[in-house]
Amino acid sequence: MENSGRIVMNINDKPILRVEGYSKYFELHEQHKVIPSSDDVSLEVFPGKLTALIGPTGAGKSTVLKGIYRTYLPNSGRLLFRTKEDIEIDLAQVDEHQILELRKTEIGFVTQFLHSLPRQSTEDIVAQPLIKRGMDKTQARDLAREMLSAMNLPEALWGISPATFSGGEKQRVNLARGLVSRPRLLLLDEPTASLDPKTTEKIITLIENLKADGVAMLAIFHHPELVERMADNVVQLEPPIRIQKTLKEIA
Amino acid sequence: MDKVLEVSQLSKVYGKGCASCFELTGPEHNTNICPQCGSIIAAHNVSFDLYKGEILGIMGESGSGKSTAVKCLNFDQPPTSGHVTFYDNDKQYDLFAMNAAQQRQLANKRFGMVYQNPHLGLNFDISAGGNIAERLLMSEVKNYAEIRSRASNLLTRTEVLTERMDELPKNFSGGMQQRVQIAKALATNPPLLFLDEVTTGLDLSVQAAILDLILEIQQEQQTSMIVVTHDLGVIRLLAGRTLVMKYGRVIESGLTDQILEDPQHAYTQRLVASAL
Repeated sequence: MENSGRIVMNINDKPILRVEGYSKYFELHEQHKVIPSSDDVSLEVFPGKLTALIGPTGAGKSTVLKGIYRTYLPNSGRLLFRTKEDIEIDLAQVDEHQILELRKTEIGFVTQFLHSLPRQSTEDIVAQPLIKRGMDKTQARDLAREMLSAMNLPEALWGISPATFSGGEKQRVNLARGLVSRPRLLLLDEPTASLDPKTTEKIITLIENLKADGVAMLAIFHHPELVERMADNVVQLEPPIRIQKTLKEIA
Repeated sequence: MDKVLEVSQLSKVYGKGCASCFELTGPEHNTNICPQCGSIIAAHNVSFDLYKGEILGIMGESGSGKSTAVKCLNFDQPPTSGHVTFYDNDKQYDLFAMNAAQQRQLANKRFGMVYQNPHLGLNFDISAGGNIAERLLMSEVKNYAEIRSRASNLLTRTEVLTERMDELPKNFSGGMQQRVQIAKALATNPPLLFLDEVTTGLDLSVQAAILDLILEIQQEQQTSMIVVTHDLGVIRLLAGRTLVMKYGRVIESGLTDQILEDPQHAYTQRLVASAL
């Protein structure tokens, strides 16, 4: 894996994540079926850089992110994560308690859809990851409001549940929750899919700022122009059934 | 991260047992009744760790052994075999090596148990406040005024009107009885809480309020909890890690989102697919 020519990378910058030969299939016992989802995917993610995952629907892009987050159990391959103590661990192998701790402190995931309790206010949802880390509730809520304001979400909505929000509003709440805690590695599944161009610009600025702060990102994008603007590396995936080797590089 | 509980190969057999009991029962035999001697293998080789502030879910259908496991840990019934260590600050206890009096004392001071049936957790012949006082008296608090104020604080915490603390639990609604049970379980600030189907059979709105309360308690006091339930929603909301049990065996364990989104075992896949 090489970085694109646009950005000169410090040779000392070690990857925060190295995925080597990750494969995942689903064995459905009731239906007696095996569904292949990701096949032999390899990639690297660096601090302060964004690696984009591209490819058609069914290429297993989300499956790669979920494997890294351990929502899916990989069938083969290594998912090597460099912790803040500079130790490389295999996310596919480490103890569940360690994964839970990493999710709290180092690895964030913004999924495509917002899952929240219908009785929780928007600002509380966004503040949640900070409170889980042990931050004082008032301070966490202040930071949450700051993030919601940076995302252009009308202040009138902060105190109510996102249950009745539009798709774009929900997506901003989801993003705000993912970005507010500034993890070392951020996994983003189509972060701007349902946003208007003006809001998308705001989000791009926020993501660029996080990158400048050293946050490493692995993101799924569908719009080629967003990939062009934001990605430092691009990894192309193809649906696993049709082809032998799934990883191509567009550098 | 501190370990609170280490459960190793916990088993419970009802009946005289025989040499074939474990071999001829379990998920692959579709039974927990030994065909040789008729004993019931309620739980076999259940092992797990529990850390400080962690909520562990135990999921499975009726008769899978999930309640049995927790009841053994709370000394409600003796296990047939197994080893459990409870780590309490700098002390550690070998639970099944203790005598009955020591076990009672430890459970009263350091464990809290909330049952699905409030009749098991509450004394229905004494008032709500009296139930809490009973637990405080068995531990260290003996002063009447202090007991009264502690009971009142606990009931406020669990949103039971303190005006009703002198009433008998039978006058309360099901949801209110569960709140009194939780207040009683929390009376001694235990670091370990067992919750056995605590929201089963309650109205949805009452369920939600009780589950929110449980989460608040966990966040505020870093209480470790084992939540036994057949409800996937409860598991999703509360538990970071989950064990799935069937016919007395743990058939699968993992992070809760992994169990729900990428279940490995055929039975878990069917269970998750049956969610409403």
